[in-house]
Amino acid sequence: MPESKLGLLQGTLDVMVLQTLAAMGPQHGYGIARRIEQVSGDEILLNQGTIYASLVRLQHRGWIRAKWGASENKRKAKFYSITPKGRVRLGQDVAYWQRLADVMGRVLASRARENGNA
Amino acid sequence: MRELLARLLAAFHRSRREQDLDAEIAAHLKLAIDDLVSRGADPREARRLALAKFGGVEAAREEHRDARGLPWADRLAQDLRYALRTMRREPAFTAFAVLIAALGIAAATTVFSVLSTLLLRPLPFSQPDRLVWVANAPPEDGLSAQTLQVLRFLSFRNRNHSFRDMAAYFAFYEPGDSTLNWNGRIERLNVLPVSQNFFPLLGVKPEIGRGFSTQECQWNGPKAALLSHGLWVRRFASDPHLVGRTIPLDDSPVTVVGVLPASFDFGAVFAPGIQMDLYVPFPLTDETDRWGNTLAVVGRLKPGVTIQSAQAEATVLGQLITREPHRGNDITPQLTPLKQHVSGRLRPALLTLAFAVVAVMLIVCANLSNLLLVRGAARQKEFAIRSALGAGLARLARQVLTESLLLALFAAAVGACLAWLGTRALAGLTAFNIPLLSSVRLDGTALAFTIALAVLSGVVFGLAPALHVPRGDVGEALKEQGRAATDSHRHGLLRSVLVVAEIAFASVLLVGTGLLIRSFLRVLDVNLGFQPARAAAMRIDMPSQFLQDNMAKTTVARRDAYFNDVLGRVRSLPGVEAAGIIDSPPLGRNRTWGIAAHGMTYKPNEYPEAFVHVVSDGYIPAAGIRIIEGRDFTERDTTETEPAIVINETLARRLWHGEEALGRQVDGPFKTPCRVVGIVSDVRHLALEQASGSEMYFTLRQVHDLPSIYLVLRSRLDTAALTSSVRQTLLPLDPEMPREQFESLEQLVDRSVSPRRFIVFLLAGFAAFALVLASLGIYAVISYSVGQRKQEIGIRMALGASPGTLQNGILRETLRLAAIGLAVGAFVSAAASQLIQGLLYGVRPEDPVTFLGVIALMLAVAAIAGYLPARRASLTDPMIALRAE
Repeated sequence: MPESKLGLLQGTLDVMVLQTLAAMGPQHGYGIARRIEQVSGDEILLNQGTIYASLVRLQHRGWIRAKWGASENKRKAKFYSITPKGRVRLGQDVAYWQRLADVMGRVLASRARENGNA
Repeated sequence: MRELLARLLAAFHRSRREQDLDAEIAAHLKLAIDDLVSRGADPREARRLALAKFGGVEAAREEHRDARGLPWADRLAQDLRYALRTMRREPAFTAFAVLIAALGIAAATTVFSVLSTLLLRPLPFSQPDRLVWVANAPPEDGLSAQTLQVLRFLSFRNRNHSFRDMAAYFAFYEPGDSTLNWNGRIERLNVLPVSQNFFPLLGVKPEIGRGFSTQECQWNGPKAALLSHGLWVRRFASDPHLVGRTIPLDDSPVTVVGVLPASFDFGAVFAPGIQMDLYVPFPLTDETDRWGNTLAVVGRLKPGVTIQSAQAEATVLGQLITREPHRGNDITPQLTPLKQHVSGRLRPALLTLAFAVVAVMLIVCANLSNLLLVRGAARQKEFAIRSALGAGLARLARQVLTESLLLALFAAAVGACLAWLGTRALAGLTAFNIPLLSSVRLDGTALAFTIALAVLSGVVFGLAPALHVPRGDVGEALKEQGRAATDSHRHGLLRSVLVVAEIAFASVLLVGTGLLIRSFLRVLDVNLGFQPARAAAMRIDMPSQFLQDNMAKTTVARRDAYFNDVLGRVRSLPGVEAAGIIDSPPLGRNRTWGIAAHGMTYKPNEYPEAFVHVVSDGYIPAAGIRIIEGRDFTERDTTETEPAIVINETLARRLWHGEEALGRQVDGPFKTPCRVVGIVSDVRHLALEQASGSEMYFTLRQVHDLPSIYLVLRSRLDTAALTSSVRQTLLPLDPEMPREQFESLEQLVDRSVSPRRFIVFLLAGFAAFALVLASLGIYAVISYSVGQRKQEIGIRMALGASPGTLQNGILRETLRLAAIGLAVGAFVSAAASQLIQGLLYGVRPEDPVTFLGVIALMLAVAAIAGYLPARRASLTDPMIALRAE
């Protein structure tokens, strides 16, 4: 059901792409998109096309680099890999998102308690 | 930073990036299909699924572009391309709009250049804001009153604490005071005697050579001259070795000590219309002190001294010096910043021009706004389609604004070219008595102004159309069949407001111009007291043997014989009706002397003074001055007979308060009293707008102080014919006579009114332009509204309305707009005309003739502009109009 899927928050896709590349090594666009869908358990509403805007953005910032190559089934495809700068950035982003998630968790948990008390 | 660079690079490698992306998307889809097929999907179904997952190839491309390149630049380029295409599609409209805006911008830029030269740009001297003009009286009082006496000046210079230094020049120079006999050509030159420190004070250094030495500035010191750059180039072929050598000036050798830089133009600043050729030292000594008030003074304030405090000191010090026992004229210094002295007189006129140009620019904007609105209405369908294709409202508005800005920038380019021509034309106007005019040019500041103006006006005239991008239902707009659109009422109202504004501005301009034109005509209509038509003057100074300060009787006799000879020869020339001689023709230099009714005593401050003219017999009739009582001088009024004086009516009233003046005696410049032999009409010799004051005439046989000699003729012949025949007949008397041209007295009058004419011409041009624009505005709005209501008109005609009724209805609508505009315009004009009161002459600011004239003109123009579309509407065939739906 599309309605129940999560919309993407601003900036989250870039982090997911970096994380995917860090975890899986060089990957083409389709592979990255598939991977994100799989990892999220198909919970994310992702137009695969949007991944390319994110990829070019990360490339411009020097966090990933790209090279044309061949896929396992001999298809020509552009492969992206994370750069050292990208890893540093990923570290910062992960820390940020974890803190945010923690805070959100705590805030929402307290709300749940209040509701419970009422 | 890196990202920006990458984006910039991307913007340049646009097509390669695009291909790369396409390949990548294709690869993505193939990989997705492979993947889906390998997971068991039907190949055809797999393609559909892959595309669905991808989610819009075009959207992805667009997003990619945004992330990759410079989205605003891309969009701007797109907008520009689109705007250019639109403009190309309607070349007539584009050309027309660009032309209107260009004319407005050119006018504004030209006026700005003049303003910036005369009011904003500093004078071409070092630290010009510290320079002060020191006069003895306000400018309307005549040169003798305005100038200072040498010893008084020196005393003031030594004792004041406000000025770092003060310099002076001899104010009673006359064009052509010296003759240069060089390389076989004898030419009259304009010479200015200056104090030693004149150039150092202004910060002007000779281009080559040096300034005047102290010795050269002594009475009877070694003769020296500084050449102007122009004379050096023109007569001496820019010969650098000239410095140190002598040139024959007025028959005696004068050492050229230096050449002044080309950037120094005395005339442009101090004496508009005069090209100074060379400068000689003016000795500040007892000898020159005896000449009375002669000095025009410029001072340089000490750092930190304000002009107010300098004035306060000068007033007190002036009184102190005046009371001292040394004989001399009063000194009452009046300080003005030099810049203000130079261009202050023109300031109100220039500001009027500036306001006029602003009004013109606003009319231009209103007009273009209107045109764009009309066109915007015609483009509703286009906009509807574009917005259906996904263009946002903001995007469409930006598109409209881009178009108007592009128009404005094109107009700026054309306008700058026109302004360049305009400023060059203005700078070349030598016949105008306007300071600094020759240095008017289109400089960087003016160009910056042009561009700023273009952008501003582009935004202003694009704003209304941009805000009126049709919004709302696309289907509705598409369904419209060229008939009134959803918000056409609002549209129509806005257009009407714009037209009303145009009419109002135009009428304000017309009223201002009308008042100034009427003033100008009044000035030209002024009773000059002499008749410039068919009269001409030429400088013919006498041979130098007659130019001695203390003349022996024999010299006087020879001199009188010389004048008799000159006048006799000239009068016998065919075509010459009358001839006479004067020291300075009307509207030229002036000087005043004291004059008193014989036997009267006056308080020191009330001693009468009058402007002096030294003339020959025959001058008064030759100039066309009316003799009211008594007689002209004759050849028999000589040093042997009783001194004679001819006075004007004002002086007669001043001295005897309406009693009979003829035959009475006055104390004048003679040892014995002189007799009033004639009373003549007042002559406006200072300016046309200025009453003449007291005037007196002496005959050159009795008063020998003749700094220059002008021959004045009354003749039907043109000046060229006069020049050659007079030259031929006088050459035997003075073989070294320089080549001079007769100038008609009408030319003199013309030059004197030239600043006023300058303003009137420019304003009239602006007003005409405004009138045309306003009528175009009316025409556009009425014909558009008629076009929109074709069907309604058709129905009404089918129901029996006569063409006449329809026509009247439309005309009424037009005149209603005009009337509202005129009402607003009249109201504003009434206030604005008070502001230009200082420029008016003989016309009240609320002059009913002008106001009614403008109202009538405007209504007539509106009626014509409305009549054409009205007539077209009344000729509509109802069947065709109805079928058009």
